[in-house]
Amino acid sequence: MTLDTVKHAEQTPEAGQPWAELGLKPDEYERIREILGRRPTGAELAMYSVMWSEHCSYKSSKVHLKQFGEKVPENDAMLVGIGENAGVVDVGQGYAVTFKVESHNHPSYIEPYQGAATGVGGIVRDILAMGARPVAVVDPLRFGAADHPDTKRVLPGVVAGIGGYGNCLGLPNIGGEVVFDPCYQGNPLVNAGCIGVMKHEDIHLAKASGTGNKVILYGARTGGDGIGGVSVLASETFESTGPAKRPAVQVGDPFQEKLLIECTLEIFAEKLVAGIQDLGGAGLSCATSELASAGSGGMRVDLDTVPLRDSSLSPEEILMSESQERMCAVVEPDKVDRFMEICEKWDVIATVIGEVTEGERLEIFWHGEQIVDVPPRTVAHEGPVYHRPYERPSWQDALQADDANKLARPANSAELKEQILKLVASPNQASKAWITDQYDRFVQGNTILAQPEDAGMVRVDEESNLGVAMATDGNGRYAKLDPYAGAQLALAESYRNVAASGAKPLAISNCLNFGSPEDPDVMWQFAEATRGLADGCLALGTPVTGGNVSLYNQTGETAIHPTPVVAVLGVIDDVTRRTPIAFKEEGQLLYLLGETHEEFGGSAWSQVVHDHLGGLPPKVDLERERLLAEILISASRDGMIDAAHDLSDGGLIQAIVESCLRGGVGARLVVPDGLSSTGSATGDAFTFLLSESAGRAVVSVPRSEELRFTDMCGARGLPVTRIGVVDGDAVEVQGQFQLSLEELRTAHTGTIPELFA
Amino acid sequence: MTARIGVVTFPGTLDDRDTQRAVRVAGAEAVPLWHRDKDLKQVDAVVLPGGFSYGDYLRAGAISRFSPVMESVIDQAKAGMPVLGICNGFQVLTETHLLPGAMLRNNHLHFICRDQKLRVETNSTAWTADYEPGQEISIPLKNIDGRYVADERTLDMLEAEGRVAFRYLDVNPNGSLRDIAGITNAAGNVVGLMPHPEHAVEPLIGTGRTDGLGFFTSILKNLVGAR
Repeated sequence: MTLDTVKHAEQTPEAGQPWAELGLKPDEYERIREILGRRPTGAELAMYSVMWSEHCSYKSSKVHLKQFGEKVPENDAMLVGIGENAGVVDVGQGYAVTFKVESHNHPSYIEPYQGAATGVGGIVRDILAMGARPVAVVDPLRFGAADHPDTKRVLPGVVAGIGGYGNCLGLPNIGGEVVFDPCYQGNPLVNAGCIGVMKHEDIHLAKASGTGNKVILYGARTGGDGIGGVSVLASETFESTGPAKRPAVQVGDPFQEKLLIECTLEIFAEKLVAGIQDLGGAGLSCATSELASAGSGGMRVDLDTVPLRDSSLSPEEILMSESQERMCAVVEPDKVDRFMEICEKWDVIATVIGEVTEGERLEIFWHGEQIVDVPPRTVAHEGPVYHRPYERPSWQDALQADDANKLARPANSAELKEQILKLVASPNQASKAWITDQYDRFVQGNTILAQPEDAGMVRVDEESNLGVAMATDGNGRYAKLDPYAGAQLALAESYRNVAASGAKPLAISNCLNFGSPEDPDVMWQFAEATRGLADGCLALGTPVTGGNVSLYNQTGETAIHPTPVVAVLGVIDDVTRRTPIAFKEEGQLLYLLGETHEEFGGSAWSQVVHDHLGGLPPKVDLERERLLAEILISASRDGMIDAAHDLSDGGLIQAIVESCLRGGVGARLVVPDGLSSTGSATGDAFTFLLSESAGRAVVSVPRSEELRFTDMCGARGLPVTRIGVVDGDAVEVQGQFQLSLEELRTAHTGTIPELFA
Repeated sequence: MTARIGVVTFPGTLDDRDTQRAVRVAGAEAVPLWHRDKDLKQVDAVVLPGGFSYGDYLRAGAISRFSPVMESVIDQAKAGMPVLGICNGFQVLTETHLLPGAMLRNNHLHFICRDQKLRVETNSTAWTADYEPGQEISIPLKNIDGRYVADERTLDMLEAEGRVAFRYLDVNPNGSLRDIAGITNAAGNVVGLMPHPEHAVEPLIGTGRTDGLGFFTSILKNLVGAR
């Protein structure tokens, strides 16, 4: 086969090209020809196809994501905003924190172990590329029905992959979620988040500047794995061809990644790089075009110098390969030797593959012949932008009219008790310890809080006890009922979780998982959710530092529930003041903060007891969330509370059970007067225990602090209700029922191992 | 002058910085040692920390035993220098035959990370002198290849010579024979265990207890007292 050089492309304008197979649309191919003034070479076509994929170019989502940059709250914590590998925020004392969540959904369905493993690897390199030492990871996961046979294939593989890769990197896994719903059956969501810490002066950006600077590719050799991962895999809807796409999934080597981390940190410490970029989706195509596009000047790359695992790879394949554990650095010539020495020390292969040039072109050569000559911006930053049509789905009104508040409620205390026991044992509400115990949460020796706590928290500075916390949340059921409110509820819950741990929420990142953008119903969900999230961030004063969009999450015509996952990052000046969820001291008083209304739309109760999804999700009151957070943070700082737990899915009773089991002590609850309630004999107790009203938390207050605490809440106008006391070895709701801790523990911890062990 | 305790970093070692911190918390000086270096920098004792040295793709610890630093560690250990192997370090010590037996994949085949209760069976080692015999402690456990096995004769010998240093309590997390969590050599200077004392040296961090600190204070007293 003759090499398709630039010259050859000029001479053969009418040669047929596989643009459709590479996932490009007819008008996109035409635009490439227009930009270049000729047909693209095979290598150029390969680059455009991956970089203009939905996954890399955000072509359907861009017009909506703009809001995150426009509705920016006043907040001086942002150091680096949207557009870089990851956003960076100031956490004080000269420290900066970078964090991000990314999806690896489709690969994890095709090949659960490697899909999930390389998801962890990719996000860790993103964080590393900012100049930060990665300090923790989190994993928000969504699977199909817990009892579906295919879930038994996907979940154990995903969990083993996250553990197998993450545990070998020495990064504590401190949070995330596991949620089951039939809507994710053919399209599980595997999102991976990472937090990194650095000093302000160590922030690195992905750009190539300085004519004559060397472009160094280092890390693993390039192989034939993951070719077209971002285009044919991540940017198309699955039909029944799943396993045939297996070669598009990358294969990870965590040991190589660990070496890459340590090697890169040593390189940073000696200030040897002018610009750096990780290789993830779209591999070398992405790294070279993004580096060249963001910097001043052009870039020349000799592609035949790239170390290969498989010598038969074509230039197109090398450009598209998503082989893992690779980074690309721009280094001044006089620093190259030292750079190479450090790589040698860590047994990391490093190769000069090109240099920064004076022009404004990205030029790639193969054994001396030119195969790419493009303006890098047209590849990396000026891809297509679509204004996809969107419209409120025809079924939305009927869904909202199907009011969950009208579902049959428990007729008596015995039935209420039975339903609660069923709830805490249901796969979504049950303990996920069997899963999270497969992740190392202790490594690095800085873990203050980890799952099942409300937020994960790590110490950043051993002297000052400065720490950061992170929580991720996203309730697809709420978002299905109302995407605008659903996105805000995800934000509110994550924000509340961080505050409940005692940390002050600073900024957010997101991972927006939706169906096909070519479906106007889905596009409406996406438009509503992004609008809700942007408005919510403005109201809470937490800027969006960056994020990730994953579209085409559907099987055939059926999309997943819209699932905006929101990660909130918080800071705590003194980690010794953190608030755990565990009730410990008998005799401490339990207070409910916030107001409880009859809100059962999208609730765990409606799902577990009635297999129902309809009505409206809980009302959002962001001013209330803000006040609640302030109270939780003040109370933690001033030692007024010993435990706090946010209320979300499963309502008050779920939180109480979790806090009791965590601390190994019971609670006696009294149903307060004055809750609105309709219908059954269990009346107020039902709403009190199972409603999912937002803006609430339960706290455990030492008796000596009671007055000070209630005075503070009163003075600041936060409704606060004394609901009981920490006591005994059972959860007792006076006048209703009693459940022993043993009975609850068996129910709560038995489910997941029974299904998957 | 305080004791100098070396902490080895192999490629793929994960808990080296945690171990250095534990050494410092106990009041000793932590000296980083590099796998390619035979030079032990005149340390008084060595800790082989946890992780996945060289990726552990062949067998945990199988490659590390041939590294230059281990040549010196093996020589010095035979001459009586205290050596502690934690998790992957324990695996390395069995590969070098400084300690008998071997570690297989956990019987449930999963990685497991938990707060593990142990009984300290002997305080006549360099690393456990600060504990009472029979003392119960809780420290983190995290591994996938943690199932201790040896032939019956070896197990009987270890029991008879009082060389089972730690035993799992409440739950045997990986199927280790006779609930063995850690052992010592006959001289008591070389100790290996699967759970992680270095993750339990500060209140608030990890499990919130400091039950692991005794390993590091034990060795410090042992070394300083010997001078």
